[in-house]
Amino acid sequence: MDERRETNPTRMKSCTTVERKSEREIVVTRTFNAPARIVFEAWTKVDLLKRWWAPKSTGLTLLSCKADVRVGGSYRFEFGQEGSKPMAFFGRYIEVTPHSRLVWTNDESADGAVTTVTFEEKGGKTLLVMHDIYPSKEALDAVLAGMEGGMAETFEQLDELLVTLGASVGRS
Amino acid sequence: MVQYVRDRFDASFAALSDATRRGVLEQLGRADASITDLAEKFHMTLTGMKKHVGVLEQAGLVTTEKVGRVRTCKLGLSKLTEEAAWIERYRQLWDARFDELDKVVEELKRKEKVHGRKKRD
Repeated sequence: MDERRETNPTRMKSCTTVERKSEREIVVTRTFNAPARIVFEAWTKVDLLKRWWAPKSTGLTLLSCKADVRVGGSYRFEFGQEGSKPMAFFGRYIEVTPHSRLVWTNDESADGAVTTVTFEEKGGKTLLVMHDIYPSKEALDAVLAGMEGGMAETFEQLDELLVTLGASVGRS
Repeated sequence: MVQYVRDRFDASFAALSDATRRGVLEQLGRADASITDLAEKFHMTLTGMKKHVGVLEQAGLVTTEKVGRVRTCKLGLSKLTEEAAWIERYRQLWDARFDELDKVVEELKRKEKVHGRKKRD
């Protein structure tokens, strides 16, 4: 069993789930193979946060990253993406409970969510649960409909792709 | 959710396998149209056209909206498909972030071990 794991490291990879839990709430979960204090540290020290917040595979680059992780402290992340304007995400930390709970606001939009991250340690592993709670059903619906953050464009491209595929099916 | 997106794509390909339905998509690409308009244009009965539009709607390629007695069809993903696609993209973003976070966490664990050993020495 262990041998197989070593030869196929992707099998060890923990899985990330995302679910719309209610009319106003999106929940993300993942388990990390480390105690909560270590996972918490990686979320609250800017130098560490910078290393994972904008993974290369997403095509994002982190232009700047400031986070004053204490109650009332503010944060600001600026991302660049090839071919589009830089995006800024900012807000305030409203709860910082070491090793177990972080809560912050998302102030870049008037209808932004409040994000709560909990770190739950069990047998040396940490279950991380991130809740995005929106002010209303309409606010979350608008986000999911891709009305924000250039998602509408993405769906247009998908539409185009499907129509193109349709045309080529017709030709063959 | 991934399975749901996959099912949707299968439904899309099935929907696109029919020449009339591809024609309807092409037509709707130019302008929205009612089912009656489409039935006339493709020399079909209303019932026949309703069936085709139903398949396209199921596949999330077309949405319809009834205003008064007229049902208007337009190109576009259904709300449910949009939601599923958004959720899948959001999952991919966080999955990519968490893969990187895993590496940071592993490094912190290693450091702690070394540090702990030094302390004991």
